[in-house]
Amino acid sequence: MKWFNHAKIETNLILMGVLTLITVSIGGLAQIVPLFTVATTIERVEGVRPYTPLELAGRNIYIREGCYVCHSQMVRPFRDELERYGHFSLAAESMYDHPFQWGSKRSGPDLARVGGRYSDDWQAAHLRSPRAVVPESIMPPYAFLDRPLAYADIADHLRAQRAIGVPYTDEMIANARADLEAQARPEADASGFQGRYARARQAAFDGDPARVTEMDALVAYLQMLGTLVQFRDVTPEQLRQQ
Amino acid sequence: MPTKIEKDALTGTDTTGHEWDGLKELNTPLPKWWLYLLYVTIAFSAVWVVLYPAFPFKGWTGVTGWVAREAVVQDVAAANARMAPMMNRIREATPQQIAADPELRSFAMAGGRIAFANNCAGCHGAGGQGAVGGFPSLADDDWIWGGTHDAIRATIQHGIRAGESDEERVSVMPRFVADGVLTLAQASDAAEFVLSLSGRATDQAAVERGKPLFAENCVSCHGENGEGNRDVGAPRLNDRVWLHASDRASIARYIANPRLGVMPAWGGRLDPATVNMLTVYVHALGGGEN
Repeated sequence: MKWFNHAKIETNLILMGVLTLITVSIGGLAQIVPLFTVATTIERVEGVRPYTPLELAGRNIYIREGCYVCHSQMVRPFRDELERYGHFSLAAESMYDHPFQWGSKRSGPDLARVGGRYSDDWQAAHLRSPRAVVPESIMPPYAFLDRPLAYADIADHLRAQRAIGVPYTDEMIANARADLEAQARPEADASGFQGRYARARQAAFDGDPARVTEMDALVAYLQMLGTLVQFRDVTPEQLRQQ
Repeated sequence: MPTKIEKDALTGTDTTGHEWDGLKELNTPLPKWWLYLLYVTIAFSAVWVVLYPAFPFKGWTGVTGWVAREAVVQDVAAANARMAPMMNRIREATPQQIAADPELRSFAMAGGRIAFANNCAGCHGAGGQGAVGGFPSLADDDWIWGGTHDAIRATIQHGIRAGESDEERVSVMPRFVADGVLTLAQASDAAEFVLSLSGRATDQAAVERGKPLFAENCVSCHGENGEGNRDVGAPRLNDRVWLHASDRASIARYIANPRLGVMPAWGGRLDPATVNMLTVYVHALGGGEN
């Protein structure tokens, strides 16, 4: 191949530079161009809302503990997945995820629709000691999550999410601390909280209404996963990606 | 610059002609079969790009018009159509009829086993053995809400205290100490009396003290002799099968501030035929009643 000469490229700095730029640009475009069409992939379904402060704190713990290393959050469009986990995941369901938790590794089951599958008690017991309830489990224990949740800065977390596009309102940010505490205490007055976060459930997620623990936050997050979209009411038209 | 290609004496392979401070490089190109395979994959990718939705351009679906989400919907529909003859019969039959018909029963047991493993085994164990901490065994005859086909189906369908169904199973054991009805010491005495119902008491004085407390606070649900009441989901206390724990301190703690179990309502998640199959399967785990 006379027309193609490595020696010529490797000894010509400008030619080498230009060709490198072209090659890198192709790779860059492949990553950047799809971002301009992201909006068209999000389905117009109802129900997806920003995470409550407690759920957001739980999501931070989920990321901190590396749950995504063994658990995906993405029901792929295959029949076996639908039979096991339920409706395939929608882009809309993770549109407020920064970063998303789709994952690609399943040492444990997918968690995209784990919300409501088990009781709060089971989730807490299972996190404390997985083999106490599922003898064949290989999951490590997370009993230390029964320590108090550090949430003094929760409003800042909401602000940070808003800065990257999650529609938290000023009211949500102003009430972040109160909302977090209200969700973890079933007897707290939470009329304002319920109005701000549709279908959010109040409970003593860790079994102890007196304290707000990391366990409360993580279980609240897990129990919400996959429950925001009411698939019974969704039409095929709404699921179409434009 | 390649200057002088020569044959390496030791290996008999040509050099590339490159030389760095006296070091020469052998020219050992990739095997031909590997190289051509690479070219084939490149050609394949070009074909793939034409056939399938490879570009993020609006409306680009490729020549085939293939969409993963539509494909899976068709897959599911085709599988459902294959199973429809049996599933329709299962859906319309009562669990009793399914259990009595060998053909329906074997289909329901196979389907129920899969559905149980996927949905129930987390809490109730792979064999229905349950787990300590409020996850009852389904393989014995110590039922809380009843072990007939109809009772099992109602429990699966509507759940327990999950707030998902209007017909769910609900009962609330009072928080006797937390709400100030009993003192902690009284709860401990009542616990010792509860142990005496199954012949496990060790402190007779506490049993005597606990007896009137039990009569006053517990019999309305758990029965005079602790035989339980399935209508209100009050577990039997005069046997040695325990839902939470079986020692005096644990029972006293439960009396003080009970942690009531929750089971999701599966009627909203599973179709009626699957609920029927699960009913027949759970009924057959060992404790089914007629």
